[in-house]
Amino acid sequence: MQQSRAELVASLEQLAKDIRLDVVKALYQTGGYHLGPSFSIVETLLALYYYKMRVDPQNPKWADRDVLILSKGHGSAGLYSVLARKGYFPREELWTMKTFGSRLQGHPDMLRTPGVELTTGSLGNGLSAGQGYALAARMDDRPTRVYVIIGDGEADEGLIWEASMSIPKFKLDNLCCILDYNKFQSSGASTGCIMPTLSPIADKWRAFGWNVLEARGHDIGCLMDALDEAEKYEGKPTFIIADTVKGKGLSFTEGDNRWHIGTLTEAEYHQALRELGAEAAQ
Amino acid sequence: MSELAVPVNGIGPGLVKVGETHPEMVFVIADNAKAIGGGPFAEKFPERVFDVGIAEQNMVMTSAGFALAGKLPFCNAFGNFLALRAIEQIRTFVAHTKLNVKFIGGLAGVSGGKEGPTHEAQEDIAHLRAVPDLVVLAPTDVVSTEKAVIAAAEWVGPVFIRIGRMAAPVFYGADYTFRIGKAEQHRQGKDATIISTGVMLGPALEAATELAKAGVEARVLDMQTVKPLDEEAVLAAAVETGAIVTAEEHTIIGGLGGAVAEFVCENRPVPVLRVGIRDVYAETGKPEELMVHYGMTTDNIVRSVKRALELKR
Repeated sequence: MQQSRAELVASLEQLAKDIRLDVVKALYQTGGYHLGPSFSIVETLLALYYYKMRVDPQNPKWADRDVLILSKGHGSAGLYSVLARKGYFPREELWTMKTFGSRLQGHPDMLRTPGVELTTGSLGNGLSAGQGYALAARMDDRPTRVYVIIGDGEADEGLIWEASMSIPKFKLDNLCCILDYNKFQSSGASTGCIMPTLSPIADKWRAFGWNVLEARGHDIGCLMDALDEAEKYEGKPTFIIADTVKGKGLSFTEGDNRWHIGTLTEAEYHQALRELGAEAAQ
Repeated sequence: MSELAVPVNGIGPGLVKVGETHPEMVFVIADNAKAIGGGPFAEKFPERVFDVGIAEQNMVMTSAGFALAGKLPFCNAFGNFLALRAIEQIRTFVAHTKLNVKFIGGLAGVSGGKEGPTHEAQEDIAHLRAVPDLVVLAPTDVVSTEKAVIAAAEWVGPVFIRIGRMAAPVFYGADYTFRIGKAEQHRQGKDATIISTGVMLGPALEAATELAKAGVEARVLDMQTVKPLDEEAVLAAAVETGAIVTAEEHTIIGGLGGAVAEFVCENRPVPVLRVGIRDVYAETGKPEELMVHYGMTTDNIVRSVKRALELKR
């Protein structure tokens, strides 16, 4: 029986908890970090991989697939957890992430990890690569749509703005850039103290020639609607501002930039398990 | 050796030939493509040219995206704006990922002398030679430049071609096949070896002629591939001639001289002297006068060979 949209949203909301749980377990076991920037993109990743994108985990290089580039590569723990659930590689590998010898490198590595489309981590680079991919898809008349997730801190990088100008020049309506607007970057508030002039974001991108949409970044239904609208839009690339919360999903990590690089203590780990429903309250 | 020709003029015919045989080839440019031989391709295949504006990093990353999607992207810019400005994109997103992108870096050495030090690519080989999995070519003349473009297209993986616009003698014939990773021997010799790259083959051969008058027989190798180095040819030069002089239109730090010295020191220590720009910035001037000023002449090579022979004893 066909799943209704409401049922899909409900199942993805549950899956979002499971993904966060995997992230918590993996990072706790391996001493990895970047929990905050992984949590802010979970719903975006789910709306893409479980709703919008045409991909085949059994045939990751299928020529007509849609492509996601996680330009903010430090969200790798979130991406790996989603890719594992999708079946690109065994979920057990998550417990090796970011350790020596693992296929799951500190930042995404396209040559090692099935499902990773582009090596990323050095910020600012993914959007231009998406441009090249989208141009190639259009040349070959392929149905491929290209999605690029960038961070708000990442938008300090000059290369983002080179791409923001050139992509609309090529009228790449098969490309959609999603801004994970979680308001923080490594050392502080992105549009607060560090780069207040990043705002007004929507006006800037609109002025550069993008179809700009705004979405509640942890509302899966809202993200699905925005992705649908982006796909329908012709003649311009779409820029979705996903309004997110860094560290979303745990009471003690939400909006606390300590979790950009913080690691979980044993007590925090158990609290996280409880909040995500994996451990009974004491 | 015959007439003089500008090496970069070999880029255009090379790109057109690759375009004809490879429908998957695309040309990603950053405004200034015609200055580095991009004109003929742009005229013939305008639908395969993508201009991202004066944005070399964007150009390299866009090329990476094309390669991800199975295309064969070439891109070009003046060498400094590729090898310096966009080196991270070349290193992390093309070489590390083994994507099939081809780079053409113009204004090699002092050939952009009229532009001054901002534009003169004098350390490009040094920077790029340190990048794993990247092939670095420095073709010698207009013909081998065209052939290098074709060879780069056939090579699976990233290739950087550095090329200048100072007129240089033409040594290679129309039937020449560029062999990536192979030195071309232009003169036999048993007393010393001169290894040149790029436009230094002319002075190297003239130096060998001069030295012969003094009874010194110098072997001359044209090392158009700086990486991967033709270790077999270098080892043979060390074993059979016992003294080596390198000649490049580039800083002596980290380029051909560095590559040869590293290999020789570890495998068959013999004197290696390096002719090239010392540890300074090349200033503005005519390329020909800069070649003299910065010590990249026949005479510099002759003197270096004589000094190497003294050290050999």
